[in-house]
Amino acid sequence: MTGSATATSAGTQGDTRGYWKKNQRSLAPWIFLAPGIAMFTLYVIYPIIASMWLSFYDWDGLGTKTWLGFENYIELFDDDAFYTSLYNNIIWLVLYMLAVPAGLFVALFLNQTVTGIRIYKSLFFFPFVISQVVVGLIFSWFYAPNFGLFYNLIEWVTGTGVAVLADDRYVTYGIIAAGLWPQIAYCMILYLTGLNNVAPDQVEAARLDGARGWKMLWHVILPQLRPATFIAVVVTVIGALRSFDLVSIMTDGGPYGSSRVLSFYMYEQALSEYGYRMGYGAAIAVILFAIMMIFISGFIWKMVRDERGV
Amino acid sequence: MFPIAIEKASPATQILYKLALPVALILWLLPLLGVAMTSLKPSSDLAAGNYFGLPSYLAFSNYADVFTNSPIASYIINSFKVTIPTVIGAVAIACLSGFALAVYRFKMNLVIFFLFVAGNFVPFQILMVPVRDLTVSTGLYNTITGLALFHIAFQSGFCTLFMRNFIKGLPFELIESARVEGVSEFRIFWYIVLPLMRPAIAALSVLVFTFIWNDYFWATVLTTSAETQPVTAGLYSLNGQWIAQWQLVSAGSIIAAMPPVLMFFLMQKHFIAGLTLGATKG
Repeated sequence: MTGSATATSAGTQGDTRGYWKKNQRSLAPWIFLAPGIAMFTLYVIYPIIASMWLSFYDWDGLGTKTWLGFENYIELFDDDAFYTSLYNNIIWLVLYMLAVPAGLFVALFLNQTVTGIRIYKSLFFFPFVISQVVVGLIFSWFYAPNFGLFYNLIEWVTGTGVAVLADDRYVTYGIIAAGLWPQIAYCMILYLTGLNNVAPDQVEAARLDGARGWKMLWHVILPQLRPATFIAVVVTVIGALRSFDLVSIMTDGGPYGSSRVLSFYMYEQALSEYGYRMGYGAAIAVILFAIMMIFISGFIWKMVRDERGV
Repeated sequence: MFPIAIEKASPATQILYKLALPVALILWLLPLLGVAMTSLKPSSDLAAGNYFGLPSYLAFSNYADVFTNSPIASYIINSFKVTIPTVIGAVAIACLSGFALAVYRFKMNLVIFFLFVAGNFVPFQILMVPVRDLTVSTGLYNTITGLALFHIAFQSGFCTLFMRNFIKGLPFELIESARVEGVSEFRIFWYIVLPLMRPAIAALSVLVFTFIWNDYFWATVLTTSAETQPVTAGLYSLNGQWIAQWQLVSAGSIIAAMPPVLMFFLMQKHFIAGLTLGATKG
């Protein structure tokens, strides 16, 4: 028994070695990919499908799941809080885009070679490196009624202070301003790198042709910055739709839910003391995912074209 | 170079520019400077309404108070315990899968690549409930391991994209000639490609470190207690306890922000290279 076992194993070993030799180039990629695909499937792909499936159920996270069909989605259509969140998401998306031109502007301002400019560049980038939790706390202090810098500034200019985070008319804008701070820094660094790669001979040639200022920027520089602009737009759109940390830190969705965005409303429905409505939360997440997919597909589509072009 | 080099401008413009730089920087960092100053104010200053003026003396004791009166030290250790394994795990996985996707031609190559890319951009909320369930059912809920495992998996998407593009830029003849010599695929990876990946590994490590250190959402979804929470989630709960003690909130914020900031300044070149890879090509 033992003898035959060793013989077979020796035999298979020889076989596997031969098989491996012959096929290693078609097998190797799968071996290299195995850990990545396994982890990614378990924690990303499967949860996306599971969430979609869950959005058709009523579930508190512990008990039995009850099939609801489209009822969660039908309820969403009548839910004012959902519309508030959606509306705020649109405001986020539109205003967050300011980070792209603002980032370009700061990059142009800093694109010089005076002494110490490298330190300036890294200090301008600073807000991006710190956590959104810290950014949120910093801006809460900045807006704080009675003593916040911003509150006092407004009081000094207009005579009355504005408690930005407690006022449902301004709260979303106040949070977006906090979000723009690191986002402008991010776009700035993308553009600074882009500006480094602008062909100097083209700039010189355009200069000889009399192009200056805006004309030069629009016709010569911006076309060359297109890759940087593309990435800046992508990360800004994703960042706007993903916004959660700042809303959670600065207002917790308040006052009266007026600063909620979809990502925060989903969390509130699924996990906060108000809810444990996992199915309803999942339905909100599916809608957010669908909105995001419009942008992700566009992004992937462009990448596929680039890949084919290479 | 655009705009025109400042040295070629008139002396007046040059002076104006050199003055504008620090002014702009101070305005840009004003909220942060305010917090830094508040973190050094004695509580008596704040009680007396001195919010803007200079501190009456530098109260470094605020920093000591944060450490003695709150579990911030343990939050910070938790953050390291989550961040370091995540960096190692995600970068290691990405080296392997990035190599596979960059070097081999097979049918599913682009499909898998774009799954990684797309997965990297999904909203966290669509993953939240199932990932939480998975962590609960495996007994990893409210553990550092559970949080780190998720981060490894999720970050491997971005990291694979990054590594694959980096390896694509390496000279392919090296691999071809090794194959002609009969070197096995694993040896090619280990002895030829991996050593060339060092700059990419450094860049990616710094980036992932910052991303994970600064994560707040998953920390709140997957951990609940001071024994397991990283500093971002911990700081938020401390903020609730320190109502109106802005000097402590400020000191805590600055402590929490330190490690990624130090990382950034020490590894600046790699950090920026990592962030902008892909922005400059194509």
